[in-house]
Amino acid sequence: MNSFEWTEAKTVEDAVARMGGSSVVKAGGLDLLDRMKEGISTPARLVNIRNVAGLDAIREDAKTGLHLGPLVTLAQLDASSLVRRRYTALADAAGHAATPQIRNVATVGGNLLQRPRCWYFRSEDFHCLKKGGDTCFALEGENQYHAIFGNRVCAIVHPSATATALVALGARLELTGPGGKREVALEDFFVTPEKDVRRENSIGEKELITAVRVPPLSQGTRSVYLKQGEKESFDWPVADVAVVLERSGVRCTRASIVLGAAAPVPLRVRAAEEALEGRAVNEETARVAASAAVRGATPLSRNGYKVPIFETLVRRAIMAAA
Amino acid sequence: MSKEDERMSVEESPKGGVSRRGFLKGAGLTAAGAAIMEGGLLGVREATAALREPPVVGPGSVSVTLKVNGASRRVDVEPRTTLAEALRFELGLTGTKVVCDRGSCSACTVWLDGTPVCSCMTLAVDVGSRAVTTIEGLAPDDERLHPVQEAFIEYDAMQCGFCTPGMIMSCAALLNRKANPTLEDVKTATSGNLCRCGTYPKVFEATLAAAKTGGHGRKGGD
Ligand SMILES: Cc1cc2nc3c(=O)[nH]c(=O)nc-3n(C[C@H](O)[C@H](O)[C@H](O)COP(=O)(O)OP(=O)(O)OC[C@H]3O[C@@H](n4cnc5c(N)ncnc54)[C@H](O)[C@@H]3O)c2cc1C
Ligand code: SF4
Ligand code: FES
Ligand code: FES
Repeated sequence: MNSFEWTEAKTVEDAVARMGGSSVVKAGGLDLLDRMKEGISTPARLVNIRNVAGLDAIREDAKTGLHLGPLVTLAQLDASSLVRRRYTALADAAGHAATPQIRNVATVGGNLLQRPRCWYFRSEDFHCLKKGGDTCFALEGENQYHAIFGNRVCAIVHPSATATALVALGARLELTGPGGKREVALEDFFVTPEKDVRRENSIGEKELITAVRVPPLSQGTRSVYLKQGEKESFDWPVADVAVVLERSGVRCTRASIVLGAAAPVPLRVRAAEEALEGRAVNEETARVAASAAVRGATPLSRNGYKVPIFETLVRRAIMAAA
Repeated sequence: MSKEDERMSVEESPKGGVSRRGFLKGAGLTAAGAAIMEGGLLGVREATAALREPPVVGPGSVSVTLKVNGASRRVDVEPRTTLAEALRFELGLTGTKVVCDRGSCSACTVWLDGTPVCSCMTLAVDVGSRAVTTIEGLAPDDERLHPVQEAFIEYDAMQCGFCTPGMIMSCAALLNRKANPTLEDVKTATSGNLCRCGTYPKVFEATLAAAKTGGHGRKGGD
């Protein structure tokens, strides 16, 4: 790991004033240290925001919905009875990510902003497109965990489990920069490789995530998150899915279906949502929606196995939310 | 301020990291003193404003005080030094093992204020006033082992033993949280602990047995 300077931010303003360039904020520090240990990130200074007061609250308000401070940990999300009862998909996404030790430290802000896990990206030895090189090594190489959608330029999958659930729940981010605050829908926050292969989201160099908000859910809305890993103990997902269904009686009035670990961004599949909206939710409609969810997939040489897994997970998640 | 002064002036703060008090006590005061002599009142105000900015430490070594197993220990570390390195190389507490050094095997598990974390992914400068408990600090006194340690011996819950300290820290933390865990609870608590010898069934057995004996040893809050 390179040597660096260390300093504590006392407030959001303080952090914003001192970040940018080779000065990088650190929350839980897990993704950052991982990259620094691999030599693919070499900041000259870390600005620690972990001790900034007031950024670790979980609150709910009938009018504005759920408010999460960016320093809320995955363990907090998993343990919160409020989150579990009303925003089940988020609690399950957080509770099934990583290991207990990691969840105790990982923050939701850092989870959304973590860099991809593509092993070529994570290795100092591969100067791939995302790092400014001219090749995507995954396209012709070891791509068993890579994207099955949107994978023509760079085939990363977005690594954040909480993003899968939060996009399905219609979350919005509050970003604070030198010029004040702005809000953006999480779904629009992520950037595809076609747009800019060097980044995964549109946060500014001097911007902090200062809140994650989930709008209030209508009565009877249910949300489900399902994940499939390769082994029973902790694992990254080979596929994960979040489904949010609003209903009126037996009919689905609005569906939100998001695939994680499928594409370079958390992927909302409108065709699957439309297959449910206005219809009763049952095995039959769930099957139709699930097959719509994977239609048009473009698997690479080694990841075709992911397609039926996604189809099955979508069907199961819809039935679990029905 | 020379690097030497800076190293002397850093102390842990109540909430974590480096405090202003530590900064003032060291080189900071000399700077303020110089300002009084040179620039009168205006100089003092400027110097005070400069002091209010949280200090920047490193990249060279800084002195931090860690609360480890109930005792305050002063160590000289660089900002990039992990807690695992500080424990093993500075304090000689080699019970904490480092295997992957990336957060993915949990061999290096210690408690911060009773919560299990990977010490390989925690910077020593980031520990602050939180109490560190390592495998060496788990036993209630010199005479007895922690019930989970006892049970690991009785149930043969180790082979090569490399994952064992981390495994025990995970299981003991579970019993602090939940006195009567289910098998599922034990599996979840150890889901990040990789054992390449595959001793999991014995680990589960031992932990459930330790829960039955009831004693819980150290809680890690001190
Ligand atoms: C073994 C292992 C398994 C894992 N498995 C999973 C998994 O299954 N699913 C999953 O989703 N994740 C998984 N992770 C990743 C882990 O969840 C993330 O690394 C973690 O959530 C990052 O959060 P952090 O607070 O540590 O971020 P940091 O490392 O502190 O920050 C990450 C990045 O975001 C920036 N940043 C952080 N907070 C803010 C903010 N508020 N505003 C602006 N910028 C900010 C930092 O500058 C940095 O660049 C795993 C990690 C490990 C080690
Ligand atoms: S998938 Fe993206 S990050 Fe991985 S090698 Fe290709 S360009 Fe690099
Ligand atoms: S050595 Fe820390 S998690 Fe593996
Ligand atoms: S006993 Fe050998 S790694 Fe677990």
